[in-house]
Amino acid sequence: MGRTSTLLLSAAAAVLAGTVPACAAWQPQKPIEFVATAGPGGGTDNLARAVQNIVTKYKLTEQPIVVVNKGGGSGAEGYVYGKASAGDPYKVIFGTSNAWQQPLVSKVAFNYTDLTPIAAMAQDEFLLWVKQDAPYKNAGDYLKAAASGEFKMGGAQSKDTDEVLTRMIEKAGKVKLTYIPFKSGAETAVQLAGGHLDSHVNNPSESLGQWRGGTQRPLCVFSPKRLPQGPKVTATEGWSDVPTCTEQGLDIKQYEQPRTVWLPGKVTPDQAAFYVDLMKKVQATPEWKDYIEKTSQVDTFLTGAELDRFIKEDLEHVKQVAGEQGWLVK
Amino acid sequence: MDNLQELLHGFTIAITVPHLLLMAVGVLLGILVGVLPGLGAPNGVSLLLPLTFGMQPVSAIILLSSMYWGALFGGSVTSILFNIPGEPSSVATTFDGYPMARDGRPTTALATAFGSAAFGALVGVILITFLASWVAQVALAFGPPEYFAVYFLAFASFVGMGGAAPIKTVVALAIGFAIAAIGIDTVSGSVRLTMGIDELVKGVNFVVAVMGLFGIGELLVAVEEEFHARAVSSKIDWREVFRAVGRLPRHSVALLRSAAIGCWMGITPGGPTAASFMSYGIARRFSRRGRYFGTGEVEGIISPETADHAAGTSALLPMLSLGIPGSATAAVMMGGLMIWGLNPGPMLFVDQKDFVWGLIASMYVGNIVAVALVLLTVPVFAALMRIPFVVIAPLIVIICVVGAYSVSNSYLDVVMMLGFGIVGYLFKKLFYPLAPLVLAIVIGDKAEDAFRQSMLMSKGSLGIFFANKLVTCLIVAGIALLLLPLALQLARLLRRPTPSARNETTAQEKVII
Repeated sequence: MGRTSTLLLSAAAAVLAGTVPACAAWQPQKPIEFVATAGPGGGTDNLARAVQNIVTKYKLTEQPIVVVNKGGGSGAEGYVYGKASAGDPYKVIFGTSNAWQQPLVSKVAFNYTDLTPIAAMAQDEFLLWVKQDAPYKNAGDYLKAAASGEFKMGGAQSKDTDEVLTRMIEKAGKVKLTYIPFKSGAETAVQLAGGHLDSHVNNPSESLGQWRGGTQRPLCVFSPKRLPQGPKVTATEGWSDVPTCTEQGLDIKQYEQPRTVWLPGKVTPDQAAFYVDLMKKVQATPEWKDYIEKTSQVDTFLTGAELDRFIKEDLEHVKQVAGEQGWLVK
Repeated sequence: MDNLQELLHGFTIAITVPHLLLMAVGVLLGILVGVLPGLGAPNGVSLLLPLTFGMQPVSAIILLSSMYWGALFGGSVTSILFNIPGEPSSVATTFDGYPMARDGRPTTALATAFGSAAFGALVGVILITFLASWVAQVALAFGPPEYFAVYFLAFASFVGMGGAAPIKTVVALAIGFAIAAIGIDTVSGSVRLTMGIDELVKGVNFVVAVMGLFGIGELLVAVEEEFHARAVSSKIDWREVFRAVGRLPRHSVALLRSAAIGCWMGITPGGPTAASFMSYGIARRFSRRGRYFGTGEVEGIISPETADHAAGTSALLPMLSLGIPGSATAAVMMGGLMIWGLNPGPMLFVDQKDFVWGLIASMYVGNIVAVALVLLTVPVFAALMRIPFVVIAPLIVIICVVGAYSVSNSYLDVVMMLGFGIVGYLFKKLFYPLAPLVLAIVIGDKAEDAFRQSMLMSKGSLGIFFANKLVTCLIVAGIALLLLPLALQLARLLRRPTPSARNETTAQEKVII
């Protein structure tokens, strides 16, 4: 008896599941937490809040969304939190490539494999910046002057994206730079404006105000082709006028930092699919275009196998640089 | 006097009915988040930020900055009444504010704090108005060695300060430095002192440490010393509010000195926390009644409050003109600026005159609105002191636990907060000073970063701290402050070691903060 009823029940359940349309696969039933792996006001925080606003404005989900900042330990706090919340589909973690880069170089208690990748939503570009009144006009001049070995390069954090790029420049340009880590790109930009540094490799949004204000200027961009046409930044120049570094003899074809979105580990494919779909919807809105333009980032959307491949490639590359520098943790 | 003309134009933007209403709403919300510890100004402003996206940038910044003023004032309320500082910068206010309130004079303490805070803010805004362009240049001159020199100066004004035995001050500083080192190190990128607890990678949050050290620590001492639950009988007297404010001009030296320290630290940019500590330390040394500091001295409230607000106000200038946020709240506002489509930087003053001068004018008006509202609430807050200790004590525990948890929704923080409570109790019982400990927790890692960045720049040579006039002056001033008490003591010893002098020092040891 018992067995038959169980069978019947499961059969009924199977029928039910089959008839319910696919869109109702999984829906959140309680408030969602967006975890920004950066302090308030930083690039990652801005992304999380921009997505929150778009989702709320277009009612892309019925549930309310709260943004929490867990930026301690260069973002490690947020990822560790994500690892600890395994199986909980109501925590969405916003980060960068440091999700897989940080575990390589410091003994943090997480790895990117503890999380479920959802998407890479935007790419931030890197440029080589010098002080406005510096004598060099292009990357070639800069490298010649840097051969003296006395140049100070600033950047955000240690053994992170900025320092990796600095070491790549050293190798490609056959120079030696003294790398000085600061807390953030904004702080680094101010130090360059004050003449305490010779250069840095900030993202466009981190030095936009400084370029417009005439305290520093970009020499070249680490991208295979020039940046897209946009409004002028200074009276005469815009992002598209900045030459690529390869054009100027500094052979680093591409270096960019993706903004990444994760769920904790051990969530079901249905739950992951819901968020992939949600982010896709967010990206289709005019507000998103607006956000991308204001922060001077490049719009991309990587998910699934494509994202996996991207992470693997980047990981291999960083591993190589970190290995040469002796940064890898045992 | 172009600036004056621009300012008048700014007033026409700031003094409109909707903007005045926004200011009142912002200030009231700010007082609320300031009074609730753990919420604090940065969190309050980020909660409000999404609401401003549809607004004009000027209206939005007026709302947010008014909230900031309100929160600064509100933070002083809990410092004075319950010994729980809501913001790092109001720690120094507890040293004399809390004893005065416990002494049955909460109205005087609050009114004095608000009055001097308003004065500090006013000096800060005047400075911004007239010296905007010059100030921007000063801030640019600050590289890592100069930052280190400013922090060194702040520490120096505390070490060897009369009161606690110097060796105890050094021990407290060292413990503070060790706590500040927990988490990821900026310069090497490696994880330090987490003792196998994964979550400690985020470091020790200041609010967690301070709520334990002060709130819980003080509670434990009180429970032990005066178990016979005693309510502070304080008359609610409106006139006392005005009398306290009216007495402020008598302390004009302290007011002016503290405002100067605050402005200097705000623009350099050492920040309001270092400013309030330094101002307190210096006042304690130079005030005629310095030896009574820590028992509820009026100047012990005036000095940190004035400096805190002068620094907090002038710290907005580097944010606008250079894009360096001087405090966590300024950082959130800067995020807001970007979202509203404005880019902080020198060009803001050229491209967005309405915005900049509207904001500066709103600082004048907003602070007046804030002070008026906050003075009106003094009797209400002071009445809280009449609630018996048996009712207040559990409330303080609840506030501290909820506050610690809400910093980053973590139980570990609650446990750490209680642990700090025990440390605070032990410090009090053993006459170790808490102030240097807190100072080291707050700016210890910044000082360390600045020092190591300087060493990277100079390839290990200490000569970088004497490389230019600015940094040399700061370092020499720091060393002088460090050696001054030693020299004074030496001089006194050489003259005549009388028994009365010895009595004096033992009396001083009792009034340790």
